[in-house]
Amino acid sequence: MSVVTVQLGQCGNQIGYEVFDTMCRDLHNTQGFCSKRENEIYQASCKEHFFNEDKSEVPVARALLIDMEPKVISQTLLKAAHSGRWKYGQHSHFCQRQGSGNNWAYGYSVHGPKHEESIMNLIQREVEEYDSLSGFSIIMSMAGGTGSGLGAFLTQNLRDAYPNSFIMNQVIWPYGTGEVIVQNYNSVLTLSHLYRSSDALLVHENDVVHKICAKLMNIKQISFRDVNQVIAHQLGSVFQPTYSSEDSFQYRRNPLGGFKDPALYTSWLQPSDAFCEWRTHRAFNKYEKSAALVSNSQFLLKPLDTIVGKAWNMFASKAYVHQYTKFGIEEEDFLDSFTVLEQIVASYCNL
Amino acid sequence: MAQSVVVQVGQCGNQIGCCFWDLALREHASVNKKGIYDDALKNFFRNVDTRGTGISKGRICSLKARAVLIDMEEGVVNEILQGPLKDVFDSKQLITNVSGSGNNWAVGYKVFGSQYRDQIVEKLRQTAEHCDCLQCFFLIHSMGGGTGSGLGTFILNVLEDEFPEVYRFVTSVFPSGEDDVITSPYNSVLAMKELNEHADCVLPIENESLFDIVSKINQMINSGKPGTTVKQQSLVTLNEGGIKKKLDEKPFDKMNNIVANLLLNLTSSSRFEGSLNMDLNEISMNLVPFPQLHYLVSSLTPLYTLADVNIPPRRLDQMFSDAFSKDYQLIQADPKHSLYLACALLVRGNVQISDIRRNIERLKSSLHFVSWNQEGWKTSLCSVPPVGHSHSLLALANNTCVKPTFMELKNRFLRLYKKKACVFDITSFMERNLSVRSLLKFLSFLVCQAALWESLAHLHHYLQVDRMEDSCFTEAVSSLSSLIEKYNELDVTKGLPIHEQVRLNIVI
Repeated sequence: MSVVTVQLGQCGNQIGYEVFDTMCRDLHNTQGFCSKRENEIYQASCKEHFFNEDKSEVPVARALLIDMEPKVISQTLLKAAHSGRWKYGQHSHFCQRQGSGNNWAYGYSVHGPKHEESIMNLIQREVEEYDSLSGFSIIMSMAGGTGSGLGAFLTQNLRDAYPNSFIMNQVIWPYGTGEVIVQNYNSVLTLSHLYRSSDALLVHENDVVHKICAKLMNIKQISFRDVNQVIAHQLGSVFQPTYSSEDSFQYRRNPLGGFKDPALYTSWLQPSDAFCEWRTHRAFNKYEKSAALVSNSQFLLKPLDTIVGKAWNMFASKAYVHQYTKFGIEEEDFLDSFTVLEQIVASYCNL
Repeated sequence: MAQSVVVQVGQCGNQIGCCFWDLALREHASVNKKGIYDDALKNFFRNVDTRGTGISKGRICSLKARAVLIDMEEGVVNEILQGPLKDVFDSKQLITNVSGSGNNWAVGYKVFGSQYRDQIVEKLRQTAEHCDCLQCFFLIHSMGGGTGSGLGTFILNVLEDEFPEVYRFVTSVFPSGEDDVITSPYNSVLAMKELNEHADCVLPIENESLFDIVSKINQMINSGKPGTTVKQQSLVTLNEGGIKKKLDEKPFDKMNNIVANLLLNLTSSSRFEGSLNMDLNEISMNLVPFPQLHYLVSSLTPLYTLADVNIPPRRLDQMFSDAFSKDYQLIQADPKHSLYLACALLVRGNVQISDIRRNIERLKSSLHFVSWNQEGWKTSLCSVPPVGHSHSLLALANNTCVKPTFMELKNRFLRLYKKKACVFDITSFMERNLSVRSLLKFLSFLVCQAALWESLAHLHHYLQVDRMEDSCFTEAVSSLSSLIEKYNELDVTKGLPIHEQVRLNIVI
């Protein structure tokens, strides 16, 4: 079963590259801390989920690169090709000439409809290559214009086109103190829309990852590459092949399958049922033992509440709203989004 | 990749424009070692073969600037065409005249505007057609004269009418108090109304600030302090400017270089790669919260380069501090003591996100941000540093510190304009008996009156232009007043306690 990764915008493409690079390194790692046969099964499973094999025997990432301006995609394709260990497919990308200008409305209402057909065709072609589709993993940031706006539009479209597939969005939460001034508007609009169409949102907060780099990894001058590599490692460890519940020696066929477990999402659970364990004997990325924790908890309540609060403050003064109404996102749409998110905040609060 | 077109109007506009093209070529030459016509070059340059046909890929044959050069006098444009950059400009991209605009906005706007409109539209269309995705027009002009100010703002209108989807970034040089053009306040205020209504973003520049900066650089060079030599290839102090040199009192070449560097740095992230790109459309999106408030104060560092290459973080932090100091602003303004609506930091070179974050944390407590945008920072990281530096920072601020510049402009305008209301009844004065004392009084009155008549005469020069009326003046000053009032309203909120807005109450 294969996962189609869709890398959107600068952030999505930069992180996507690191994810595949990490998984490829892990794949070729002979130090699995397990038996040789075990290692082979693991490798086969991982390859099946995330890579294609082509004639040259260099693994081809099952990924689509989408951006509204060409610089980042060019860089990403080049880096992958130069690594020699893996590459992206020749026809797996779509880009335009002018970006979304950090404008959610532009990404959603202009780029979305304009390129809907081309992008959906691209996805369709990719999906047709696989015997079975496990689902989609969409990597996008909330702060900008393409990842956020086009990402929301695309997720909706995927939901409509593939109603039975699992859609998971890897959402990158921006630094609290500005990468983009209108990031709170873009985040509110993105989250409220994704909420309606996505199955699961796996959130990566830049601030938290930054602290990991600083305090745990002791990196002095932290670059976006460092941040992206940590996120990639986290993602890789979550997606690595794990044993299925039926047979503890059989790797789970569907890497996203674990996420479908309703136990992850309900609020009324016995503590003993609430903790799901996915195990594997094979080590990931040279760590002898590692654990990745994916939780659905109130952890995100504070960041979410903060973003909604800041966005609301800005909205009350109507600042920047003209930039959105210019492209068809009206004040009404903002209010709808705020309402959705306040409901989510309230629901989490009530737990 | 999108393209930009530079429209340089008038003497000042063309001199700065020429500096810009010179520096742009040097920058690309230092980055592009293989001589391939790449996407970065494509932004501002076409690649043509010997017959003038465009070549979209491959080796560089002949680069042509995406520029339109307009002046109602021939002098400056002719110098450019005889100078080292003569091959960079297409002869079809020029519009010149011989008579000049006489430092009269009305002549530039109304007379030359209508006379040259069709030609201007044609040249702009030709330049636009050479682009596969035109994103932005950069208009460069001065406000105090006649051509840059009048014809320049006329062209701004044309750009909006003919290319409404394309961004209009205007670099405007404002006259100083001691400007030797008496009517510069009229020209500037009349032009400002056009900037208010038709520009997406304006970068105001004041000659006084440029002059101060250049003086400081000269001081640094001559001070002989250890470790403070200016790097040889530093584009900031490069003297050539692409024009045949004239002996001049003011170091205009160096001053123009600073503005040219501003434009280079502004566009660096859309031309070159980096870990957090910033395209030109993001500038307007992030820095213009309300359509009328689109004036951005800029500051550029480093200007005085230090000789050593491996600058440790402490010196890097100094670069950030400098960007907020009033000595580095390109207009006479002190953003630290005024109110920020938004701020953008465009960093080039070996700087990482942690460096930016550390400095924002450090600096933000000493800055005042508007209540609804307490964390109003936009950042971008471009990996390619400017020539001769290991890194640089361009700060763009939407800050109420522009208000004094505008108020000063309005005051100078009114001082000149209101004189026409003081009309003395000279005849009644004459009928009385004249003693010696009275005669002396009368003579001194005549001298004053002569000055008044002179200013009246200036007004007359404007009013005699077809379709130019008193109402043009009153509307212009009214537009400026209303802009100043908006900044006032914001300033009033500075320092007030911030109240969180009441959130939506949701019943589950």
